Amino acid sequence: MEQDMDSEQGQLNVNSCPGEEEERHLQANNRDFNLQFEYAAWMKGTELLGENREVGTYSRSNSIKTSKYNFFTFLPLNLFEQFQRIANAYFLFLLILQLIPQISSLAWFTTVVPLVLVLAVSGVKDAIDDFNRHKSDNHVNNRPVQVLINGMLKDEKWMNIQVGDIIKLENNNFVTADLLLLSSSEPHSLVYIETAELDGETNLKVKQALTVTAELGEDLQKLTDFNGEVKCEAPNNKLDKFTGTLALRGEKYALDNEKMLLRGCTIRNTEWCFGLVIYAGPDTKLMQNSGKTTFKRTSIDRLMNVLVLMIFAFLALMCLILAIGNGIWESDKGYNFQVYLPWAESVTSAPLSAFLMFCVEIIRLGNSFYIDWDRKMYYPLNDTPAQARTTTLNEELGQIKYIFSDKTGTLTQNIMCFNKCSINGKSYGDVYDKSGQRIEINESTEKVDFSYNQLADPKFAFYDHSLVEAVKLNDIPTHKFFRLLSLCHTVMPEEKKEGNLVYQAQSPDEGALVTAARNFGFVFRARTPETITVVEMGETKIYKLLAILDFNNVRKRMSVIVRSPEGDLTLYCKGADTILYELLHPSCESLKEETTEHLNEFAGEGLRTLVVAYKNLDEEYFQDWIKRHHEASTALEGREDKLSEIYEEIEKDLMLLGATAIEDKLQDGVPQTIETLAKASIKIWVLTGDKQETAMNIGYSCNLLYDDMADVFVIEGSTSDEVLNELRNARKKMKPDSFLDSDEINIQIEKSSKNPKVLPDEQANGVYGLVINGHSLAYALEGNLELELVRTACMCKVVICCRVTPLQKAQVVELVKKYKKAVTLAIGDGANDVSMIKSDDFSFAQFRYLQRLLLVHGRWSYIRMCKFLKYFFYKNFAFTLVHFWYGFFSGFSAQTVYDQWFITLYNLVYTSLPVLGMSLFDQDVDDRWSLLFPQLYVPGQQNLYFNKTVFIKCMLQGIYSSLILFFIPYGAMYNTMRSDGKAIADYQSFALMAQTCLLIVVSVQIGLDTAYWTVVNQFFIWGSLSVYFAITFTMYSDGMYLILTASFPFVGTARNTLSQPNVWLAIFLSIALCVLPVVGFRFLKTLLRPTASDKVLLKIKEAKKRPPPPSPKRRLRRTSTRRSGYAFSHQHGFGALIMSGRNMRPKSPFATTGTFSPNSDKHKHKGL
Amino acid sequence: MAVNYSAKEEADGHPAGAGPGGGAAAGGGGAVKTRKPDNTAFKQQRLPAWQPILTAGTVLPAFFIIGLIFIPIGIGIFVTSNNIREYEIDYTGIEPSSPCNKCLNVSWDSTPPCTCTINFTLEHSFESNVFMYYGLSNFYQNHRRYVKSRDDSQLNGDNSSLLNPSKECEPYRTNEDKPIAPCGAIANSMFNDTLELYHIENDTRTAITLIKKGIAWWTDKNVKFRNPTGDGNNLTALFQGTTKPVNWPKPVYMLDSEPDNNGFINEDFIVWMRTAALPTFRKLYRLIERKSNLQPTLQAGKYSLDITYNYPVHSFDGRKRMILSTISWMGGKNPFLGIAYITVGSICFFLGVVLLIIHHKYGNRNTSADIPN
Repeated sequence: MEQDMDSEQGQLNVNSCPGEEEERHLQANNRDFNLQFEYAAWMKGTELLGENREVGTYSRSNSIKTSKYNFFTFLPLNLFEQFQRIANAYFLFLLILQLIPQISSLAWFTTVVPLVLVLAVSGVKDAIDDFNRHKSDNHVNNRPVQVLINGMLKDEKWMNIQVGDIIKLENNNFVTADLLLLSSSEPHSLVYIETAELDGETNLKVKQALTVTAELGEDLQKLTDFNGEVKCEAPNNKLDKFTGTLALRGEKYALDNEKMLLRGCTIRNTEWCFGLVIYAGPDTKLMQNSGKTTFKRTSIDRLMNVLVLMIFAFLALMCLILAIGNGIWESDKGYNFQVYLPWAESVTSAPLSAFLMFCVEIIRLGNSFYIDWDRKMYYPLNDTPAQARTTTLNEELGQIKYIFSDKTGTLTQNIMCFNKCSINGKSYGDVYDKSGQRIEINESTEKVDFSYNQLADPKFAFYDHSLVEAVKLNDIPTHKFFRLLSLCHTVMPEEKKEGNLVYQAQSPDEGALVTAARNFGFVFRARTPETITVVEMGETKIYKLLAILDFNNVRKRMSVIVRSPEGDLTLYCKGADTILYELLHPSCESLKEETTEHLNEFAGEGLRTLVVAYKNLDEEYFQDWIKRHHEASTALEGREDKLSEIYEEIEKDLMLLGATAIEDKLQDGVPQTIETLAKASIKIWVLTGDKQETAMNIGYSCNLLYDDMADVFVIEGSTSDEVLNELRNARKKMKPDSFLDSDEINIQIEKSSKNPKVLPDEQANGVYGLVINGHSLAYALEGNLELELVRTACMCKVVICCRVTPLQKAQVVELVKKYKKAVTLAIGDGANDVSMIKSDDFSFAQFRYLQRLLLVHGRWSYIRMCKFLKYFFYKNFAFTLVHFWYGFFSGFSAQTVYDQWFITLYNLVYTSLPVLGMSLFDQDVDDRWSLLFPQLYVPGQQNLYFNKTVFIKCMLQGIYSSLILFFIPYGAMYNTMRSDGKAIADYQSFALMAQTCLLIVVSVQIGLDTAYWTVVNQFFIWGSLSVYFAITFTMYSDGMYLILTASFPFVGTARNTLSQPNVWLAIFLSIALCVLPVVGFRFLKTLLRPTASDKVLLKIKEAKKRPPPPSPKRRLRRTSTRRSGYAFSHQHGFGALIMSGRNMRPKSPFATTGTFSPNSDKHKHKGL
Repeated sequence: MAVNYSAKEEADGHPAGAGPGGGAAAGGGGAVKTRKPDNTAFKQQRLPAWQPILTAGTVLPAFFIIGLIFIPIGIGIFVTSNNIREYEIDYTGIEPSSPCNKCLNVSWDSTPPCTCTINFTLEHSFESNVFMYYGLSNFYQNHRRYVKSRDDSQLNGDNSSLLNPSKECEPYRTNEDKPIAPCGAIANSMFNDTLELYHIENDTRTAITLIKKGIAWWTDKNVKFRNPTGDGNNLTALFQGTTKPVNWPKPVYMLDSEPDNNGFINEDFIVWMRTAALPTFRKLYRLIERKSNLQPTLQAGKYSLDITYNYPVHSFDGRKRMILSTISWMGGKNPFLGIAYITVGSICFFLGVVLLIIHHKYGNRNTSADIPN
């Protein structure tokens, strides 16, 4: 990895958008110099971060700020945000109206109390959220780090770090800012970092410093004197790209991403390293990626805004009717009615309460808590419960139509396990019982005991005892097989304590293979550039490493040539079956067939296979070859080609040894989860940076793709036309009709050709999958193909996009959102997914918890929210419209039917708890059934439970109820008397009677709506009713009247009215009339037009008589004959590094003496 | 899933042992407080619950039972209501033939008051206590500005309110710079016809004793309405400094001669102040008590009603009535409830039958076979 500095010099790319920070210019150890570049850069930086994020005035410091408010800005900002909600603004408007005494028929407190409550609760919630953000900001900002100041290392807080500072990081430290790596403790200033936080990959990555800076070492004086000037691009969010130059002592050196340590990574296996801060705080790539947290609104939120406007319009209409009525009345009757003033004006400020928003917030909060509390979404291994980070999106989880998922770390664990192997025609790995039946491997299966091997890795699990027997019996092919595995790789060992071996593998596949060999008694223990130390069955052997024929994407194989202590020359090779089979010696034909059979079997189980082979080399031939190899490797031109030619020459006539099968461990339950989600009609799109084979492989192994699918289309065209053709062909196959002019969607697109809005769902004639490649996707995302892509892809059940960039991930998500207006969910675990995810709303440890999150929590939240809204609108319509009818009998004077206190308390006290109880506890079926019948999820996707139609229905029901609630008391009171002869038809008695009717009717209605009666529900419903009577009797009591005469004029009404039999008769009549039609209608609807969920519920009811079957724990068998593609390392291997010895640790206790450097000639090999 | 960057996550760090080299770090924790959620029925949403479903087994019987309950109740109410004797006379005097026609355009302060007499015949005798009501129609006692136009504090005897009535009373708050007691439009428009009832037997008119106390709610008479307090019981002195409502001929402390029925606690006044909910209403005027068990309270026969016609209603097309009525356990005559109950009960029963038929016809069709297990 020699850096050809001069040749790369001119590569610096200056981004020349006017007005933005075009280039960053900084000098190490020179704060004053760096300060002069502040301003312009800084101004821009703020904007880049988006409007939600206010950052301090000082940018080059490393402090971050994710909080929104501070102590002083909280109140105005928060109020401003809250009044952006239409509902809140509406109530403010109402409040202003009510302050005008001529207009208001209600006391001001009827609106103020709920509004203040709502604002206060939301405000407190926001304040707590923000306080937590402040706290975590503080925590991060105050972390200590060592910074070089005036030749001394000082402990500083993170936030005080500035651009241009040199800081020292130690093992397991978080990287403080985006650093240019200067030097490290490791040879050749390598640094190992873990980037899990950034991209979710847990394997280590290597970064290397420039040689010229590596010389600085840990010499503080030199570091202090270091005055290199860095010019680099402006802060951006591209994680895998960095360009810049370092000017030092008149020379320029090119900088790229290989020399950068990004914030968010963790230093591993590196004692110390020094870095120069390039981007700090909000400029870091990590923060740039987390930049815009867009405010997500749920579709119900949006609908609610529309509805509030609709209600407003409706009320305005009612007011208009009343006002006109009032006008007519005044001129017709009122004018003559001398008791009055002639002036008249009326506005009915119908008290639909601000309580709506308040309750919605409470329900969401409650449901988020349920997510946090769910034990079934708790992952014990790393003590992580699920977490709902926003409380606003819960019900949306019940409506997901599309899931966009990352692969690594999301579907897979990124852990490779040596699972099976085939050695010399015999397959190992399966466990059979005495009768020869294959047993499913589960936790109780007995593991092979490797205790005889002191150096075995205790975490390694293998179940087939026969393989150990074979090793112990000195079966020669088996020994060869494991010897190969222990020699042919580029893994680095680390043994800090004797016997405690840790492998650093660049690709987890290799690590798995070497670990397997280790456990079976072929322990790879140490390596130098020229030797490999292996402990073979307890005996230490030192192999001379003569050549590494490294892996690359074309060769799809790697080989090593070693000389054994006995002096034999052997080439060991492992690689993809398709490649290696071509290179085998003809004598292996029969073995090849047997192995192929095993390979098919392994591949069918979704395992990643490799074929291993060896070849004994002739000494003379080898000497000749190595000479030519040396020539090729030092060639100045066409080195790569020459090398691969020379490699190919020696890698032939190989002797087949067998095959390995590695399991790319899926996260637990992924296939089952995907199957369940598919049943719930959720379409899954996997967006991964992996290459096509790997992605498809994972697709097959996690059941996304399967052989029963009608077809899996692969789009890999490299021009726009090719891609278009491939997409069209796919669509033609899925739905031939869709090319006819008569097709509805074509017509629709034709109509709105300029700006096609929402595409309806199209039904394919079978189950299809689509795999699309990164560069094809780039074409497909271009304007004219967009529509084609959406139409084709959305017909497929599964879409896998491979080799996609983070930006493309975001584009794909946006595309679907744009054309389908569907609720989408994006999941991922790294910063590379951030662009598609935007803000981080829910977190949980395992992919399989997703089904629970969606099918249980999401569905419940959705159902609860919908039930709540339905009921809430119903009860308020029933409540409000009674006034409207009363208007016709009170001269349209906006006289309220009810007592003012009742109006104030109706939503706040009397009906709030029962509906909250329902919306917090209700479940149609419990979690097990929800998961067993994913079909129950479908209504949510289609938004069936709450939409405008449902709203209209609620309104009609409300209107009906209000008619009943007005006219039954009217009829019962009209021209009649109490049982003691006194008049009953006075206003106060009527008010009490009407409000009691209303309250009991809505209580019965909530009872009808409640599907899940817990103790709490009972308590709330009965409690609310009792509270109503208690409060009523208290407020209408003599005492209250005497204390506050003006506020409680209803004295005695409760006693006098509720003792009357005809009042109760009227109440019962109203209940019957309000409730029975609903009951009948619902009964008939389930009887005659059952929805899918009704059927499921019925089935569940039947099945409930039996206990629910245990959730199936079957292992999904795939009958696929698909050959698992070669899924090896994506990058060029470590081979060159090893052969040059650059990454050898000088003081490794097991690696012999001396320093290994490429130039060092003396190599002494000494085993332990 | 853990997605975006959050400072918190960075702060908490991610679990040790994630990397290939981190094996040693794991499992070191010991008795660390786990973040595992509590296993309570509440948090796990497993509260024991009852899940009723609307099935034929519950809905159909409900309809039948409600039908079967409502019909008899309805019949009971209807019969009771029909047994109530009620007699109503409209004495507004719209028709030219009416004796009260001459008083139609009477004004509040006409002197001498216009009087008229209406003769009527009761076909049946009224056996039990008889209640005498006056009824008004097209009278919007429930208009918002009318309902508001009173001062409860003043009526409750609060001395400061007496002299400084609430603004709600406008424009009947003050008159000639003196506070009005009782203030407001309600009080101002108090019904002031006088009705007297005579039994005519063999051409002799026997006055029927009309009891004027006990017509208001006890709570109104004793709690809600109180005269102002002060030295002595002389109402005239207590109401010193106030003036009478504009329309009234006499001040409030001269409503009645009996001190416990005078001032704000005059029952006719209290009854009027309890505003009606609907524009057509009746208010209790007098009681006619049954004197002996042998005789009916009002025998069938001829009666005459003497009216002192003070209250103008013609200007707004109002109507005035006098109603005599007996009372049952469920109050006055009201056919509505009985009929409503019978109707609702019958509809329920009928719907029950319809639902039963539908259920029989289509109930079995509803198989859940198309839902896979």
